[in-house]
Amino acid sequence: MREMVIIIIGAVLINNIILSQFLGVCPFLGVSKKLSSAVGMGVAVTFVLTLASLITWLVQTFILELLEIEYLQTIAFILVIASLVQFVEMVMRKKTPDLYEALGVYLPLITTNCAVLGVAIINIQKSYGFGETLANSLGNALGFTLALVLFAGIRERLDFADVPQSLKGMPIALITAALMSIAFLGFTGLL
Amino acid sequence: MIYAVLSLAILGGLFGLVLGIANKKFAVEVDPRVEAILEVLPGANCGSCGFPGCSGYAEAVVAGTAPLNACTPGKDEVRQTIAKIMGREAGEAKERKVAQLLCKGGSDRAALLYEYEGIRDCHTAATMFQGPKACSYGCLGLGSCVEACPFGGIQMGEDQLPVVNYELCSGCGACVDNCPQHVLKLVEASQLVHVRCRNKEKGKEAKKACTVACIKCKLCERNCPEGAISVVADAEGSIAVIDYAKCTNCGICVEKCPTKVIEKMLPLSTLLEQNKDITSGQKPTSCQNCGLCQ
Repeated sequence: MREMVIIIIGAVLINNIILSQFLGVCPFLGVSKKLSSAVGMGVAVTFVLTLASLITWLVQTFILELLEIEYLQTIAFILVIASLVQFVEMVMRKKTPDLYEALGVYLPLITTNCAVLGVAIINIQKSYGFGETLANSLGNALGFTLALVLFAGIRERLDFADVPQSLKGMPIALITAALMSIAFLGFTGLL
Repeated sequence: MIYAVLSLAILGGLFGLVLGIANKKFAVEVDPRVEAILEVLPGANCGSCGFPGCSGYAEAVVAGTAPLNACTPGKDEVRQTIAKIMGREAGEAKERKVAQLLCKGGSDRAALLYEYEGIRDCHTAATMFQGPKACSYGCLGLGSCVEACPFGGIQMGEDQLPVVNYELCSGCGACVDNCPQHVLKLVEASQLVHVRCRNKEKGKEAKKACTVACIKCKLCERNCPEGAISVVADAEGSIAVIDYAKCTNCGICVEKCPTKVIEKMLPLSTLLEQNKDITSGQKPTSCQNCGLCQ
C-alpha cells in the first residue's frame, strides 16, 4: 500500500506528466482558456488514461510478451487507445448524455493525446505489476488534471492582468507554463 | 512474423467487432429533422446565429431553444424552409445587418509611421505600434477581414481599404471579430449615415495622422436636429458617435463635417441594383465615376 502511495505522489508532483515530462502539452495549451473546460478535459483524460493503461498492460503481458513480439508495442497500444476512446464515447453518449455533452469535443481529442500513450509505455518500461500500473496511471492522470486546472486558473486571471501588448495571448501563456514547470521542479527530492 | 501479423489482425478484428456491436447497441436516435435542417443551411459555420456552427443551430432549432430566423446568411428562403420542416410559422425576418468600415484613411490619405514589410496580416502588424500608419486607430489594410469572411464578401480596394460587397455580406460578424483595430462594425442595413473614423486623439494630432480624420469640432453635434450624433469622450480621448436608434438619415451632419469623415451611402437596394447593372456591363444611372468597379 505504501508503495502505491509513493508512486501516486511521485507521478502527481515530482514527475508531473506535463510539467516535468512534457507530454500532453497540446491540450495543456489548447484547453486551458476556461476553468470549466479544463476540468472537463481533466476528468475525461483521467478516465481514459487509467483505463487505457490497464488494458495496454494486459495486452503487453498476455499477448505481446507471450508471443515475443514486443516490437509491435506502439502500434498495438495505439490500436487499443483509439478503440477504447471510441467505445467510451459511444457508451457515454447513450448512458450519460449529460457527461457526453459536457466533455464534448475533448473525448475524441484524447485519442491523439501523447500523454495517454506515454504513460502506457512508461508503465511497461518500469516493469510495473498490475497494481502499480493502476497507481501510476491514476497518479499521472491526476497530475495532468492538476496542472491543467492550475494553468487554466492562472490564465483566467491573466485575462484581467495588465500584460504588455506584445506578450498578450500565447506568449504570456508559454511563459506562465515555463514558470509553472520551474515551480514544480521544487518537488524534486520530496520522496 | 506470422504471430505478429496474426495477433495484430485478431486484435484489430476484435476491437472492430466490439465497436460494431457497441455502435448497434448504444445507437442514439437522431431526430431526422436535424439532418433536414442541416441540409438547407448555408453550411458556412459562420456563427452569426450564436450557436457553434450550422449543426449546433440545427440541433437547437429542433430542441426548440433557437428562433427560426437566426440564420442571417440563409435569408428568407432558408427561414421558410426551416419553418416548413418544423411545422411552425416562419415569423418575421431579423433586420439585416451589414459590416461597415469605420475608417477612410486609405494609403493615399493616412500618414505613415514606418514602412511595414512583415507578414501580410493585420494582427501581426498591429503588434508593432498598432500598425505602420501614424493613426493608431485606423484600418491597417492588410486584409485579415478578407480572409475571415466565409462568404468572400470583402475585397481590398485600390487605396488598401476593404470594400464590403453588400450582396454577399450576411452580417455574420466574422470580419468584425477578426479585426485587430476594431474598424469594422455591424450596423442595420437601413442606417445610411456613418462616422468613418475612430481616431480619438485631439483634432490637431488626428489631422496630422490622416487627412480624413474626425477633428472633434462638434459641428455635427450642434447641427443634428435629432440629437443623434455627439462627440463622446472617454479615457482615451473623444470621437463623434452616431446613436443609430435616433438617426433619421437626414444627412445634415454629412454636409457640416469639415473633414468629410461622416458619409451618407446610397440605400442598400440602390447599391444592389447598381451591382446588377455593373455585372451586366451597363453604367449605373447614379455612377459617380469612383472607379471602384474597375
